[in-house]
Amino acid sequence: MKVKELLFDPIFKNNPIALQILGICSALAVTSSLRVTLVMCIGLTLVTAFSSFFVSTVRNHTPNSIRIIVQMTIIGSLVIVVDQVLKAVAYDLSKQLSVFVGLIMTNCIVMGRAEAFAMKNPPIPSFLDGIGMGLGYSAMLIALAVVREIFGAGKLMGHEILPLVTDGGWYVPNGLLLLPPSAFFLIGLFIWALRTWKTNQVEAAEFRITSNTKAQEV
Amino acid sequence: MEYYLSLLIRSIFIENMALSFFLGMCSFLAISKKIGAAFGLGVAVVVVQTIVVPLNNLIYANILANGALTWAGLPDTDLSFLGLVVYIGVIAAVVQILEMILDKFFPAIYGALGVFLPLITVNCIIMGGVLFMVERDYNLGESVVFGFGSGAGWAIAIVLLAGVREKLKYSDVPEGLRGLGITFITVGLMSLGFMSFGGIDL
Repeated sequence: MKVKELLFDPIFKNNPIALQILGICSALAVTSSLRVTLVMCIGLTLVTAFSSFFVSTVRNHTPNSIRIIVQMTIIGSLVIVVDQVLKAVAYDLSKQLSVFVGLIMTNCIVMGRAEAFAMKNPPIPSFLDGIGMGLGYSAMLIALAVVREIFGAGKLMGHEILPLVTDGGWYVPNGLLLLPPSAFFLIGLFIWALRTWKTNQVEAAEFRITSNTKAQEV
Repeated sequence: MEYYLSLLIRSIFIENMALSFFLGMCSFLAISKKIGAAFGLGVAVVVVQTIVVPLNNLIYANILANGALTWAGLPDTDLSFLGLVVYIGVIAAVVQILEMILDKFFPAIYGALGVFLPLITVNCIIMGGVLFMVERDYNLGESVVFGFGSGAGWAIAIVLLAGVREKLKYSDVPEGLRGLGITFITVGLMSLGFMSFGGIDL
């Protein structure tokens, strides 16, 4: 497979969140401000890329029956590194992310790619696949965070974009966008937009075909 | 007693794992097409969560926490950075043991729950429950109640969603929104509903 396909396909053609139903938990929970989202994206991309790389490196020496434990140990160690670095460098951000850094470990993107791609491919393509999946995930999260922060709080990365009524401006913030349910609505609408553009991702009507989703659940 | 009751209500409704913390979303969306399957997975999550959270609590309090190894003559040791790997190991082991016990002694339950158990190892709700327990410093009693409550809240949410989706498949949804898209919007509406519990102060 070509490098370009590996890196950029996941952004629109094969988005982990919109098409594969992978890694949704954190997509919803950390997107109310852009700064936190960016940290999460970088963390997840690094963990996915390196875990794919290492899993792929040892793939020929891993007996099938214990592969899950091996993958978990690799992923867990990487997440601990990310968690500790974050606590040392940006303590406030790591407090805001609360348990979600730890949850990168059970994030289905990491596990799903290790199982579906890295176990069958050499290290370098696996590494690129990890980066690509991370990019697809980040694209979705950053889009969500931008919408939620601008319209929910009138700010972007803490800088004022739309002056709020409370500070003498004109914009009345939509508080709903800072609350959890808005993330569901926004992802739903993003998926709608994406599938209107790429019509081959539209799912078949459920009462004609039994299997509804094309997702690969791990 | 009253305190535990309010903790239980809070972890089931107000701080619902699925609808206000978005944990376990992947299986929440993928296994909610049929009420039967959703119920099976829900029960499995309650069982595993009630066992794993208190167990990890014991491990954290006696081995990993800062200064917890005093009983072994090592008062300055802080192993809390090893937490993540230990918790996931415990989760994987408990799920595996549970699967073997059910298979041996309760084949009927194993037949109903068997396929869901391996899925639970990588389900973020279990890991999330454990991490919340550590972050909020629950003691053993609290972690039993919290484990059961958070699992039960998740189970209620997935059964409700499956009920909605069973009816939803007969409706005429716009093409691009079909399947995953409309499910997200449904969950959003349910989450709005659950937010109204937020006004309850316990």
